[in-house]
Amino acid sequence: MAKVTAWERVKIAREPERPTALDYIEKIFDEFIELHGDRYFKDDKSIVCGLGNIAKQNYTIVAEQKGRNTKENIERNFGMPNPEAYRKALRFMKQAEKFHRPIITFIDTKGAYPGIGAEERGQGEAIARNLMEMSDLKVPIIAIVIGEGSSGGALAIGVGDRVLMLENAVYSILSPEGYASILWKDSTRAEEAAEKMKLTAKDLLDLGVIDEVIKEPNGNAKTDVEKMAETLKKKIVAITEELQAIKVDDLVEQRYQKFRKM
Amino acid sequence: MVIDKIKKRIEYQEDGSEKEHRSDIPVGMWVKCSKCKEILYKEDLHKNYSVCPNCGNHFRLSSRRRIDQIVDSGTFEEFQLDCNTTNPLEMDDYVKKLEVLREKTGLEEAVKCGIGKINGEKVVICVMDSNFMMGSMGRVVGENITNSIEKAIELKLPVIIFSASGGARMQEGIISLMQMAKTVAAVEKLQKAGNLYISILTDPTYGGVTASFATLGDIILAEPNAMIGFAGPRVIKQTIGEDLPEGFQTAEFLLEHGFVDKVVNRKDMKETLYKLLLLNK
Ligand SMILES: [Zn+2]
Repeated sequence: MAKVTAWERVKIAREPERPTALDYIEKIFDEFIELHGDRYFKDDKSIVCGLGNIAKQNYTIVAEQKGRNTKENIERNFGMPNPEAYRKALRFMKQAEKFHRPIITFIDTKGAYPGIGAEERGQGEAIARNLMEMSDLKVPIIAIVIGEGSSGGALAIGVGDRVLMLENAVYSILSPEGYASILWKDSTRAEEAAEKMKLTAKDLLDLGVIDEVIKEPNGNAKTDVEKMAETLKKKIVAITEELQAIKVDDLVEQRYQKFRKM
Repeated sequence: MVIDKIKKRIEYQEDGSEKEHRSDIPVGMWVKCSKCKEILYKEDLHKNYSVCPNCGNHFRLSSRRRIDQIVDSGTFEEFQLDCNTTNPLEMDDYVKKLEVLREKTGLEEAVKCGIGKINGEKVVICVMDSNFMMGSMGRVVGENITNSIEKAIELKLPVIIFSASGGARMQEGIISLMQMAKTVAAVEKLQKAGNLYISILTDPTYGGVTASFATLGDIILAEPNAMIGFAGPRVIKQTIGEDLPEGFQTAEFLLEHGFVDKVVNRKDMKETLYKLLLLNK
């Protein structure tokens, strides 16, 4: 089989038919109830939060959600969160801590939204606070990059005890277009940037930024969402058990050391 | 860059007196204020805290001058920087660029860290320097800020961080992004330990620095007119396709929106920090 290039993976991660977080959530969890709002400003639909379970284990779920069609994409701001989305995520993550529920996050965003309102309402502060709070939440956190994981907008729900990536997902400091435009003042060199940036799951595993690469069915998750969800479910169950066996204080210290080393 | 502009300016006004000026004082000793366009004698500017005496414009400050202005003379004990740069993207020109910059600026990296006294009050202080790759945060900046915070926890000292940064350093890719999580986790430890953390936002503070330790101070101060934000103005303008409002992303804008405690003139900064240290004792 021909080697899949980094740029090809970027394109797969961005395919309109790429399964979104909700496509997986509906299949992974026995029950899932979405709950809304940050309690300060609004319900930002670019991040979906809710409660779910797999058998007897309850979870808090936080997921960056791209639209599955144009109408949904407009509603969800193309999966680009404003500060209130991060504040909603934080509200649910703090609640997970209160009720001792593990947290599963699904990462899939082109980045935090760059807009006037976002700046007025403290986009930077919202992301920073999530990173800070996540660093010592006293429950297991599993973060899964399922599509595009771009910039602080992705990391803002990505401080996990385990960080997993689907085979074709990408995770980077910035989109390849943005990277090329900053470094070479030429956004058309995105393909070249993608090859340089080490943004594939395999690259990030080698760099020690993520813990595991998850194979996609037939080399592309869209070909069999059912099977992809089944694989994810098994992973989530196994890792939850593994993390729950660790004493909470040790878990939090291990999380600190995990990012401390980078 | 500044010097080029001044040369041009002098040529525009080429008459006898200007020419004489040029021969009396070397061009490098003058600087033009970017705000009021006044030509200033550098020494006068530096005596005035690098603030334009004409219009109050706060010039960007090197980490060395900043420390001189804030820390009691002779009390700064600089930490040995961990300068173990990573080059995860294996970019040859990045390593060369760092070497050239170190030579040119006399700086090891985009941050200086140490312990010093402010009117006798001992603090751990980190000062970012926009002269070094626009103060961008790669592993070295992240590591040394984290080390300094951990040191402050150990010594039970307050932490003061002056930010000046374009954001995460592109050349180190994802490793730069991870510095956000690393530094912020240390801030959380500091908070839990009960140490005071004062963050001062100076021109410019953007991207991964805004979205990490810079916006998490117990107290957040900013210098007048400093540009502070998450996304850069150019990116926002491109995304929304409209012009940005007057004063957008200035220190005053953040104050108005509730993200900064106080905008402080540079000449009052040391005294303000001293008072805040006392009031938090
Ligand atoms: Zn001026």
